[in-house]
Amino acid sequence: MNIVVVGLSHKTAPVEIREKVSFPSEKMPDYLHDLLTRKGVTEGVILSTCNRVEVIAITSHIQDGIEELKNYIADANGISIDQLGNHLYSHTSEDAIKHVFRVASSLDSMVVGEPQILGQMKDAYQDALEHNVTGIILNKLFSKAFSVAKRVRTETNIASSAVSISYAAVELAKKIFGSLEDKRVMLIGAGEMCELAARHFINNGINEILVTNRTHARAEKLAHEFGGRALLFENVYLDLDEVDIILSSTGSPIPIINAAQVSEALHKRRNRPMFFIDIAVPRDIDPAINKLDNAYLYDIDDLQGVVESNKKEREKEAAAAEKIIEAEIGQFHAWLRSLDVTPTIVSLRKKFDEVRMLEVQKLLLRLGDLSENDKKTIESATTAMINKILHMPVSNLKKMADTTEGDLYIDSARKLFDLD
Amino acid sequence: MNLGLTLFRFATTFYLLGTFAYAIYLFFPKKWAYRTASLSLLTGFVLHTGSFTSRISIAGFPPVTNLHDALSFMAWAVIGIYLVILIWYKIRIIGAFISPLALVLMLSAYSLPKEIAPIVVPYLKTFWLPAHIMLVFIGNGFLAVAFAVAIMYMIQEYQLKTKKIGKLYRALPSLDVLDNMNQKALLWGFPLLTLGVISGAIVVQQMHEGLLVWGKREIWTLMIWLLYAVLLHGRIYSGWRGRKASTISIISFIILLVTFFGINLTVGEGFRFH
Repeated sequence: MNIVVVGLSHKTAPVEIREKVSFPSEKMPDYLHDLLTRKGVTEGVILSTCNRVEVIAITSHIQDGIEELKNYIADANGISIDQLGNHLYSHTSEDAIKHVFRVASSLDSMVVGEPQILGQMKDAYQDALEHNVTGIILNKLFSKAFSVAKRVRTETNIASSAVSISYAAVELAKKIFGSLEDKRVMLIGAGEMCELAARHFINNGINEILVTNRTHARAEKLAHEFGGRALLFENVYLDLDEVDIILSSTGSPIPIINAAQVSEALHKRRNRPMFFIDIAVPRDIDPAINKLDNAYLYDIDDLQGVVESNKKEREKEAAAAEKIIEAEIGQFHAWLRSLDVTPTIVSLRKKFDEVRMLEVQKLLLRLGDLSENDKKTIESATTAMINKILHMPVSNLKKMADTTEGDLYIDSARKLFDLD
Repeated sequence: MNLGLTLFRFATTFYLLGTFAYAIYLFFPKKWAYRTASLSLLTGFVLHTGSFTSRISIAGFPPVTNLHDALSFMAWAVIGIYLVILIWYKIRIIGAFISPLALVLMLSAYSLPKEIAPIVVPYLKTFWLPAHIMLVFIGNGFLAVAFAVAIMYMIQEYQLKTKKIGKLYRALPSLDVLDNMNQKALLWGFPLLTLGVISGAIVVQQMHEGLLVWGKREIWTLMIWLLYAVLLHGRIYSGWRGRKASTISIISFIILLVTFFGINLTVGEGFRFH
């Protein structure tokens, strides 16, 4: 039984290839069913996301297994294996375990530490489980991968800091205001990044969002979209003291909010802090505002700086995460090996017992009339003999199974006693 | 060596260990560092409480009438408040800033004479003097916590203003939490200080048969009380907060410490009634 992973990801395949390979979830039952009809495949899970498609399977042979899975991916997507060729990666045994753990822990992701991959993996496993295409090994592998991912998440800071501009803004706001629940956000102007940040703020439970734009209709449209309130562009200064967070991204060539206005607003709101996020270039908000007490201003470069420092932090944390994974692989691999040794021992015992029973039967025939008691004595004496003979080899085999030569010992035992 | 002082030494050792572990936790936020720190401080606190119980049973009253025990008592209050904050608000990092304060107080107490000062005027023995001193020092304990939190605020505010997003930025709580914590500590500390001042006036009156005597100690005490009164008033009624409130909180506490040591080490320790 071998764990084999074959697939492609953002690291090995360009988007032109990735977009050609996918396993849509609505057809997953068929895919899983097909996978199991492949030669030597006994268990399988298919993970299909926009950055990664891979098949994790248990196969009876390693090399054949890899080829079988490669062909399977090509066939299922109706492309030739030559086209996929170099873009496919494959991992086996210990390497495969490590790969699955790293993917679940988001160490192999495009943005290291991003949380979605774990959920996608859980879904993929759930699908396979429901369609009965997983067995003892993959069940254990995935539940272990999920617990490793959890350990990585709780024991390192890999996912604790924002690596996108819009999310960095939300995190900064949290460091200023603590909870965002009773906070009001004002969105000035429009633009993709600004709207994304606004969405993040809404998801983090802000109280209300006000939207304003030179074109009032546009403001009303956005306000409707966000479930907020549209504000006349001319009234921005009037309501400035009522908002805690100001997100700005207009095409204005000159600043639209100056320090004097903010100073007045701060006074009106009894110095409760204000947070300005200026995504516009040229800037919308007078940089002098950052010098005012209780006002905090971050422009696009500042946010970029935060993101960079967070990325560095994540990379450092990733090193710690790799250590955790390394430790967990050992444990899992030991379990996998013991799984191999168990059936070997069972067949070994069976083999000996068959010989014993045959000989006992012959003996009983030859001896003729014997009391039930005598028959029992013969039975138990021969059983004890076999147990004693097998005791050392079995316990040694179990012991050796945990070492790197485990495979060799198990293989030898199978050959010596002709167990296959 | 009597039990009270032995326990005091052990408590100091544990506070030292806790402070050290917290310093590690500040820069390497590992679980083991936090566990070591908080457990050390808790153990120190329990031993410290034992030390006081023993001192009280020897003296027959809380022996806070000498400088050693007064400082030790303040350290005890500071750690006690830290433990309450930890349990109540679960802000772990706060210990990194509070424990050094307690440690400094303990080490100062450590270096001072430890004989229990007898209360010469017999009727004071019963209630007012120890009560006065304990109120003042629990109050001071809260003001010390306000000071520590204000320092945390200043660091975090500096990082947010200058956009230095480093380890400390991640470790420290939000400005809002710190500002609230400062206000809460003041709201506890100031009334206790006020009660302490009033009970102190009663003690002095009893000694001087109805006369209020204005010595150095009384004048400075009133000044510090006024400083905190202004700060709290500004916070509640004039929208003082953040950087301004933290700065005043820090300066006030430094004046309090300087005055306290200045007066008690030059004028003579504690209340000496002759």
